[in-house]
Amino acid sequence: MTGDRDKMSCVEFQAQLPELVGSGADAGAHPHIQSCELCRALLSDLETIAEAARQLFPVEEPPEELWEHIELAIKSEEGEPGDSN
Amino acid sequence: MPRSRLTAPMRESTSLDLDKAVPVPTQPARRVTFAPAASPDPKQADALARAQAGDHQAFAQLYSLHKRRIYSLCLRMVGNIAEAEDLTQEAFLQLHRKIATFRGDSAFSTWLHRLAVNVVLMQLRKKGLNLISLDEAMEPVPEQSPGRSFGAPDLALSGAIDRLALERAVGDLPAGYRLIFILHDVEGYEHNEIASMLECSIGNSKSQLHKARLRLRDALRRSAQKEAQR
Ligand SMILES: [Zn+2]
Repeated sequence: MTGDRDKMSCVEFQAQLPELVGSGADAGAHPHIQSCELCRALLSDLETIAEAARQLFPVEEPPEELWEHIELAIKSEEGEPGDSN
Repeated sequence: MPRSRLTAPMRESTSLDLDKAVPVPTQPARRVTFAPAASPDPKQADALARAQAGDHQAFAQLYSLHKRRIYSLCLRMVGNIAEAEDLTQEAFLQLHRKIATFRGDSAFSTWLHRLAVNVVLMQLRKKGLNLISLDEAMEPVPEQSPGRSFGAPDLALSGAIDRLALERAVGDLPAGYRLIFILHDVEGYEHNEIASMLECSIGNSKSQLHKARLRLRDALRRSAQKEAQR
């Protein structure tokens, strides 16, 4: 594997990737991405996942009785003669 | 396209619109209810003012306006219905205690959302999840060598992502990774906000998010392969 310059730079590139991606820079414009199919696929997968995340977990309705529990808790807090303050 | 698609997509730090953080699914999915419009809503402004003055009826109105968003947030963060109910209750109890201190320099829904995140984080800390050194709290990520993805299908190219498989994979993430993924990619918080909420470095937040996404990628590939073998 000596002289496998591309593999080596994949490791280096991927080590920088969290910072590159997290900084909001256009990682797709990085020279390594331009020349490396593997890392291009990786980046594209990560983008796909990040985009899909916005569609995840539809908004859900809490159970009806939760409000009753909250009301009870509020009343018992208000009923308590302000503990020590 | 000035920004990468991988950065927090749905909010700008100046004008926060949490409605976008919980997008309405495009397909008719199971269990879907639609979130009410957030601020600026004159009805809410009125209820808020009255609730701040101690009007219980108005507080109930705020609850019904925000219960879905807060409950869903809790559910995503802890992945457990009973806990999510407890946390929602605690969030609204805290809201009741603190509502008079809301000054309106941020949107109320943003403020409440952040309050609920803090309630969840406090609970997770109580349960012993060490949010500061997430790395140590979690098993090591398998070495991500570029070679191992050789020949595996590119997720983006293999068609639409399987939302259910992704939700399942998110649920299987270790708690710390899930937390950061939910906060950033689903809820739309920025790394600096996450770092301050979790009391970790911004770099830590970035690297945890990256590892979370890598794990999800692996999980999705595995589930796609299983699907293909059927
Ligand atoms: Zn590469």
